[in-house]
Amino acid sequence: MTVFYLFASIAVGASLLVIAQRNPVYSVLLLIASFGALSGLYILLDAPFVAVIQIVVYAGAIMVLFLFVVMLLNAPQEDTEFDARTHPLLRPGPMKFGALLAAAFTGELIWALTRAGGGSGGFAGGAVSSVEALGRILFTDYAFAFEVTSVLILVAMVGAVLLARRDDRPGSRF
Amino acid sequence: MPSLNDYLILAAILFAIGTAGVFLRRNLITILLSIEIMLNAVNLTFVAFGRALGSADGQIIVFFVMTVAAAEAAVGLAIVISLFRHRESLNPETFTLLKW
Repeated sequence: MTVFYLFASIAVGASLLVIAQRNPVYSVLLLIASFGALSGLYILLDAPFVAVIQIVVYAGAIMVLFLFVVMLLNAPQEDTEFDARTHPLLRPGPMKFGALLAAAFTGELIWALTRAGGGSGGFAGGAVSSVEALGRILFTDYAFAFEVTSVLILVAMVGAVLLARRDDRPGSRF
Repeated sequence: MPSLNDYLILAAILFAIGTAGVFLRRNLITILLSIEIMLNAVNLTFVAFGRALGSADGQIIVFFVMTVAAAEAAVGLAIVISLFRHRESLNPETFTLLKW
């Protein structure tokens, strides 16, 4: 339980700092810390495969892609004057609405889940944690979804190349 | 030992943090990062439910969610780069061409 609270507090604290940071580079690095804590939680849930791909794919590949783009764009920081002047809850329109929505959402979910009373003291039954078993299921029951995923990745790759391409032809708007 | 509810509450808190980030931040990169937080909260729910039900499906679905997240990050960042070339800004308030 102590380990759970340790990882949970790291995850929540790092995620809060992600959306509180002005500098996008720090946001990305803090999100990597949050993903590390989540990976620890997956270990607690007897899911070592998910924990490893969380680190390798998410923290290693996707977040490095983010970091790469942040540094490539030399991203300007947000309008700090506007942010410093007004607290999120005092800002007009959608921002206030969003903050209230998020607060209400958390409150509702915690209320519902604490009322549910789903017992305390771990999980009953065994866990499927071996990579062998997961691979067997992935390539039999979910074989079609797995193949479709490869098409998705291909389409995303083509789309990313097309969108980020610089077109130097005269008269081109892209 | 933490119970299923503990994991679900944690996932709910993380998801709400992501929602707040999408609404509160004025930076396209941070908004994409908030979406990643939300996706991870959902992944945690899947794994926790899969563990509680003794099923492997939760972990399999997390695998697919991560694939979709990777595709979304690639396309989203390409759009961000493309937008940044036009306006030299990452503030979504700058891109109001389609706003009625």
